[in-house]
Amino acid sequence: MAQLTYRDAVARAITQEMERDPNVVFLGEDVGGAGGVFKATVGLLERFGPERVRDTPISEQAILGAAMGAAMTGLRPIAEIMFADFFAVCWDLVANQIAKSSYMTAGQVSFPLVIRSGNGGGLRFGAQHSQSVENWAMAVPGLKVVAPSNPTDVIGLFAAAVRDPDPVMFFEHKGLYSSKGEVPDGEIVDTLGSAKVLRPGGDATIVALAAMVPRAVAAAEALAQRGIEAGVIDVRSLVPLDTQTILREVSATGRLFTVEENPRLCGWGAELVSIVAEECFNYLDGPPLRITTPHIPLPSADALEDMAIPSVERIVTTIERAMQS
Amino acid sequence: MTSTTDDPAATAGPPGIDPATLHRPDGSVDVPTQLALYRQMVRMRKFETRAYDLFMENLVKGTSHLSLGQEAIAAAFGEAMEDQDYTFATYRGHAHTLARGTSMTGVMGELLGRSCGVLSGKGGSMHLTDVSHGVMGSYAIVGAHLTIALGAAWSAQYRGEQRVAVAFFGDGTTNIGAFHESLNLAAVWKLPVVFVCENNMYMEYTPIGSVTAVANPAADRAAAYGLDSILVDGNDADAMYLTARESLDRARSGGGPSLIEARTYRSSGHSRADPGKYRPDAEVAAWKNYDPIVLYRTRLVTRGVSEADLDAIEETADGDVETATVNAKASPAPGADDLLRDVWSDGGSSWRN
Repeated sequence: MAQLTYRDAVARAITQEMERDPNVVFLGEDVGGAGGVFKATVGLLERFGPERVRDTPISEQAILGAAMGAAMTGLRPIAEIMFADFFAVCWDLVANQIAKSSYMTAGQVSFPLVIRSGNGGGLRFGAQHSQSVENWAMAVPGLKVVAPSNPTDVIGLFAAAVRDPDPVMFFEHKGLYSSKGEVPDGEIVDTLGSAKVLRPGGDATIVALAAMVPRAVAAAEALAQRGIEAGVIDVRSLVPLDTQTILREVSATGRLFTVEENPRLCGWGAELVSIVAEECFNYLDGPPLRITTPHIPLPSADALEDMAIPSVERIVTTIERAMQS
Repeated sequence: MTSTTDDPAATAGPPGIDPATLHRPDGSVDVPTQLALYRQMVRMRKFETRAYDLFMENLVKGTSHLSLGQEAIAAAFGEAMEDQDYTFATYRGHAHTLARGTSMTGVMGELLGRSCGVLSGKGGSMHLTDVSHGVMGSYAIVGAHLTIALGAAWSAQYRGEQRVAVAFFGDGTTNIGAFHESLNLAAVWKLPVVFVCENNMYMEYTPIGSVTAVANPAADRAAAYGLDSILVDGNDADAMYLTARESLDRARSGGGPSLIEARTYRSSGHSRADPGKYRPDAEVAAWKNYDPIVLYRTRLVTRGVSEADLDAIEETADGDVETATVNAKASPAPGADDLLRDVWSDGGSSWRN
């Protein structure tokens, strides 16, 4: 066991997989010589050389096209899109090409690739460098979608993503890069499509993703002091989605609260609420509630951004009020 | 017997283009290769003509984009490429797919939406793919596949394999960002990739010259990426073949990418819905007189190939097209079990437990 930052966990995860498989290659802007703009890929160029760790020009379409073409011819590329907001300039490759080509070709080609990207807000970067766009990816058939909340999951889920035969969108949260956690020694490999129950709770179930997970845990602790036992589930993977774990927990508590950083409409929580409503309606003691960012672009000023993204206080207040009504 | 491109029959030049600006590749093409090129073009012509007839019978649904008049380019690369090379085609890709040896029944079946289709009816005319013959896909969003070809070339380079990726595209593609991103990265990484612009003078319905800053939309951009400017007669199968060989050899020997602009003309409209009325009659007529197959047949006969040998190639192609049509019509539609198949590599489409 050792203390590791989320940022260092990224480099360790990539190292673990590149050490294991010479077909794993890595490309992106500033990922090599600079060690990544978030310093999450420091040391990889020195360790694996410029043939396997390739700095690219600012050409997001070329980065993802190259990853796709390499994946369909036998490599297992890792591509970095620096900020998840930049998916808007290369979404053709993601949504039209990488996601659909296995289906369209009746399975002639597959795409064992990982696209990792800095997602989410809280860093005062404004509306074009702060979005949570995991629901964009979730809406496209053919993409697996993962968003880890802690350093150990970064490594384990990343390893699972690299070893998966299908394209995985791996959303790292920019606001978590400096967060720390205890990480086991040795190889770590997790499973895609498995949610994790972080905290049991008999009164309510809070389901959260990425940076909302530590806030949900803090909120649950505060609620416990006020006599409300709320459990917390880290969804971890939106596609595949571990509905069984979530349905089981919500059926037991009778209350569902989702905590989502994305703007309100069509966030992942909406799908979850729909599944719960369809499949365990009779176990519910009250309406499922979604705690999200309002349906606005994210503002830059710290005072405004902090109001927009769900805070521990807002989670606590919302749940407490709902449970008392 | 060989022919060379110094021969007058090869250098008449396409209508409206100064022959002095055209690339004159070195070397010659032997007769067996010429017969193979002729066979390729004839098969494409007859296939596309039949595909058009089947649209009219409403057996081909949706849309389709024919290569009528542009056959020499796909035929030349089809003959010049090695089995291990990769083809990346566009939505106008029937000919490029057939050129690599894909079964005509597989392509015809795909156009008809039948289960014998090369994609089991799930991709259609615009997405023909046959990995077993090096056809790594046909791509229907303009420009995307140039970036994907980079990756296939990178993969070959990384493993030290003697493979080349060839990406075909139209003149309209030269104005989308992916074209420029791809040329730059291919040049910087010195990738074994050949970019082949089939300039048929129209981006869909609009004359390419009216929306492009330079006269030769691909060739005039080559210098920006440190590449040679190559403008070639795309209706001259010999010139195309030799140019293809040059570029493939360069890529295979580590010389990096090439950008080829092949001047040609589509003798039909952009797609099924387009009669092509926006084109001047004189232009259409001039190019009709510069048909790649008619030109080539004349050249081969002039050089001593017997009419009977050429007729036999035509008859065989007629038979192949007829067989493919009969097979495709007889093939059942894909079934419900195909609907949810192959989203993932495990063959399924499940997104939850």
